[in-house]
Amino acid sequence: MADVMNIQGHVRLGSNAGQSMTRRDGVLKVTGRATYAADNRPEGVLHAVTATAGIARGRVTHLDVAAAEAHPGVVKVYTPANRPDLAVSPDEKIHGFAWRTEALQDDTVRYAGQPIALVVAETLEAATEGARLLAPRYDADTPRIGLDGGVPFQPETVSIGASPTLEAGDMDAARAGAARHLETVIETAAQYHNALEPHAITARWTGDRLEIDTPNQAIGLAKQSFAAYLGIDPAQILIRSPFLGGGFGSKAILFGGQLLAILAAKDLDRPVKLALRREQMYGPVGHRPATRQTLKLDIDPQGHISALDHHTIAVTSSFDDFIESASNASHSVYATKAMRTTHGAVRADTGTPGPMRAPGEAPGSAALEVAIDDAAYAMGFDPLEFRLRNYAETDPATGMQFSSKALRECYAQAAEAFAWKDRPLEPGSMKQGRLLKGWGMGTAQFPCPMFQAAAHATLRADGSAVVETSAADMGQGAWTSLAQIAADGLGIDIDRLEFRSGQSSLPDAGVAGGSGHTATAGTALFNAGADTIRQLAELALNDPASPLFGADNAGVTARGGRLYRNDDDTRSEAYEDILARAGLDLLRGDGKGAREGEPERAMFSHGGVFAEVLVDPDLGQVRVSRLIGAFAAGRIVNPHLARSQLLGGMIWGIGFALQEEAIHDVRTGRFTNADLAGYHIPVNADVPMIEALTVHEDDPFVNSLGIKGVGELGVTGTVGAIGNAVWHATGIRPKRFPIHPESLI
Amino acid sequence: MNLFEYTRAETLDAAMSAATQDGAILAGGTNLLDLMKIGVISPTRLIDITRLPLHDIEEHDGGLLIGAMVRNADLARHPVILSRFPAVAEALLSGASAQLRNAASTGGNIMQQTRCSYFQDPLSPCNRREPGSGCAAIGGETRNHAILGWTEACIATHPSDLCVALAAYDAVVEIAGPDGLREVPMESFHPLPDANDAGPAPLQSDEIITHIRLPDPGGMARNARYVKLRERTSFAFAIVSAAAALEIQDGRIVQARLALGGVAARPWRARAAEKALAGQPPTEEAFARAADLALEGAAPSGDNRAKITLARRIAIRALIRAAAGTPDRLPALPASVFEGDCNG
Ligand SMILES: Cc1cc2nc3c(=O)[nH]c(=O)nc-3n(C[C@H](O)[C@H](O)[C@H](O)COP(=O)(O)OP(=O)(O)OC[C@H]3O[C@@H](n4cnc5c(N)ncnc54)[C@H](O)[C@@H]3O)c2cc1C
Ligand code: SF4
Repeated sequence: MADVMNIQGHVRLGSNAGQSMTRRDGVLKVTGRATYAADNRPEGVLHAVTATAGIARGRVTHLDVAAAEAHPGVVKVYTPANRPDLAVSPDEKIHGFAWRTEALQDDTVRYAGQPIALVVAETLEAATEGARLLAPRYDADTPRIGLDGGVPFQPETVSIGASPTLEAGDMDAARAGAARHLETVIETAAQYHNALEPHAITARWTGDRLEIDTPNQAIGLAKQSFAAYLGIDPAQILIRSPFLGGGFGSKAILFGGQLLAILAAKDLDRPVKLALRREQMYGPVGHRPATRQTLKLDIDPQGHISALDHHTIAVTSSFDDFIESASNASHSVYATKAMRTTHGAVRADTGTPGPMRAPGEAPGSAALEVAIDDAAYAMGFDPLEFRLRNYAETDPATGMQFSSKALRECYAQAAEAFAWKDRPLEPGSMKQGRLLKGWGMGTAQFPCPMFQAAAHATLRADGSAVVETSAADMGQGAWTSLAQIAADGLGIDIDRLEFRSGQSSLPDAGVAGGSGHTATAGTALFNAGADTIRQLAELALNDPASPLFGADNAGVTARGGRLYRNDDDTRSEAYEDILARAGLDLLRGDGKGAREGEPERAMFSHGGVFAEVLVDPDLGQVRVSRLIGAFAAGRIVNPHLARSQLLGGMIWGIGFALQEEAIHDVRTGRFTNADLAGYHIPVNADVPMIEALTVHEDDPFVNSLGIKGVGELGVTGTVGAIGNAVWHATGIRPKRFPIHPESLI
Repeated sequence: MNLFEYTRAETLDAAMSAATQDGAILAGGTNLLDLMKIGVISPTRLIDITRLPLHDIEEHDGGLLIGAMVRNADLARHPVILSRFPAVAEALLSGASAQLRNAASTGGNIMQQTRCSYFQDPLSPCNRREPGSGCAAIGGETRNHAILGWTEACIATHPSDLCVALAAYDAVVEIAGPDGLREVPMESFHPLPDANDAGPAPLQSDEIITHIRLPDPGGMARNARYVKLRERTSFAFAIVSAAAALEIQDGRIVQARLALGGVAARPWRARAAEKALAGQPPTEEAFARAADLALEGAAPSGDNRAKITLARRIAIRALIRAAAGTPDRLPALPASVFEGDCNG
């Protein structure tokens, strides 16, 4: 059972929370013993492969089912004509976090690469060839592709249920007094999550009980959703998702292929496995859409922003509404007298976009930081000085205090490490041999949401404990950092803790997303431990035989598997002794993690990112030769893992700035680069020098543990910093991300 | 993937007689199997040639005879390649990834197919894949398409880095067929498209590349470089690239070699530029004039006009680097515009 972590191969550099510790699942992963969903091979398993649409818009008029079924090894072909019933159409939005999806409900094609049939066979190869043999014919319409090819409309909401507009202050008045009016237009390309592990499912029915192995970022919700589509009781479903090979948002949402595999498993009464090929991940499992953003900044004579106007146009699909909320990234970063943020959208024949690492924030921050840099130069300020001049002491969007904000310290530490003070103001002033050198910076900011999580903790007779919550480890290290928090909640050493996670029978830990998983699930785990210890203390304090008897008001502290009297450290008792005397084998506590009521403070993680680039002036190639960020994100549970997250985010920023771009042929709507040879992300050689520093920050408001988030923060700030460094090297302001060499010559 | 037969050939003759019209030679498989998986080709038989005795690199007359099955990684680290044909080493090491280079063979590298995304998409018309069907690349995404030697029938480029260096060094491809051996210069091995089609296949279906012959580079051994422009520092095909080799005596160029990559359906040997350089001092002005000649006749095949400028400039860069002399150790980032970490 891979959902229980008993491997002891991790490196310990200290005790529990706050200490660096390598991943507890690391040994399993590097030895190939961590079972990902597609690694499961239940006896009798059948392989399913989806046939996908070769047109982007229209109808399927013919599938050669006979040819596919005649292929040796093919067991059955599912099409809209024979697909078993679902209780709810996949076109229904069963809840706010559900996307319309395709599970062969009809013959319409709404994007290229959409599943149009499912072939189930004894081998993967037979299913693959069967899918090819279907040789679909279509009644095709002209596809509508991209920002300029689609149909514009005014969205009612952006992201998930957020307002598309915000106005604060009096824009007209603020503009009137300004000395400079600046306008920046930036485009960002469509990007696909490209998690290393493809989306996969292994589904198996035993009677009316359904077992599913599938990587998922929100198992509890997934269980409810699967149950709704299938019309069964959620209690009949068990989902295992112990390890995810990356998700980045794309595995938080269900897709039709999963439903089809489940239906086929039931229909054929055998386990069915489906794993998407890389190119099949370009469509049904979300993406970050292309945006075109216009920023208007009005600056007063002293170099203060008086008005900020951020408008985004984002592409979405023809059949669902996820609008990249890029303008909202401007809400809370810089002080301004007035602001207006707005969104428009364009319907195109693509899959529906969804949250992708720093959704809204990543493209929004990229555009904002370029605009701010432009303003700094126009007003004759050093970019850092300009940002400090416009430092938001309170949240400009809401007027609220920040729960904590150590951004000044971030700027200072990163600038110091980078040696920023030597930066010349003028672009094109630094050279290295033939190369142009440039320095740029950006501000990182990401909100600190909390979701709903629950956890159990159980103390055992020997003083060890087990904690349970259905958290998702996407590679970020949840198996480790959450266990560290849980051990602290119980006052035991982490090596005495068994951590059970990654399956839906456990208490729901909510979604691993929004950079809120550690805070939310961590709080639930800590509270479950504390609840257990409270009961334990009650036993001891009321037991005349205990050295802790009568500590009452002074109270006790849990530490190292013992309770200590607060007023007398020499009087303590081991957990196992307390339990033994009370005649208990187990003592169980429950905990919840959530934020109660409306927040009264603005809560964000922050950072300052500084980039150095070298640009070949003849050939336009850009190299990020140094990248240094300093980040303040509340309590850092595990510095080692947090640094990895921040570095990963910054490297993601390099890809965003210079490489990542999904390209459609606008005539057919098909992709021209839907694989990792054509869709570029950074390689090791692209990252010669990178550092992420963390700045101490106590946040008494964000949650009881003071934890913010680090998963997405590093992407923000970085893209702009690189774009600004490219400008500083070349004098050319990027108009589009990724920046192509061709645009710099 | 279709069902196919698999044969492992133990001798060259056996391989040739097993090779049929709808069969395919399997070497490292890094290109062939990918294309089979995406349905671009569906051979009914694979003839595995990895056991054929084509794994050796022999020295002869100051040059090398390279077996078609020598892996890219091994070739790049061969002492004679490093000392006398450094542009070959740099070209190889700038290609693909370490894992792919371990598997990829010399013959397979030469025979690899274009990365034209419409060629790779069986649903798109493509004269190269399906003669007479048209060319979907025209009017489509043409960033990696040709600026030289193209016709309306096909605007694809050959993606190999190795071939560019080999062409510059006057390499010869040795081919075995049922009628015996034949030889073709690397420079003209890949046919260019004509007005109506993408050009014939470079080999008959029952022919096999056995060796690549590299003649003595003479006085050019230590003045040769390969430079490759790409979107990321490694693991990306060239936007444009160039191999240059020079023999310089007493401040004058005795002979010059220049070939461009990423610009045409074959490595583009710039003979006119080479001729113009002979007798000149190795200056940037002379290189710029040579680069103009190399790009003579260049025309965008779509939205890729910038490639003409880039190809011209990468030719100049390769010549400048060649003139400066091959470094004793290969740079940390082979063929990169950024050499080591920092220098231009
Ligand atoms: C992700 C990726 C990135 C890459 N990047 C680069 C790059 O940057 N630069 C670069 O140059 N290349 C690059 N390549 C291509 C790589 O170099 C080729 O795939 C490889 O060299 C092919 O060699 P192979 O032995 O695997 O050939 P195979 O795949 O086995 O064969 C390729 C073709 O050659 C034929 N063939 C093989 N050997 C012979 C022979 N002896 N006689 C006749 N026909 C033969 C086969 O029938 C087939 O048609 C990349 C490939 C991938 C997958
Ligand atoms: S450029 Fe050549 S390979 Fe590409 S689609 Fe046209 S004919 Fe085919």
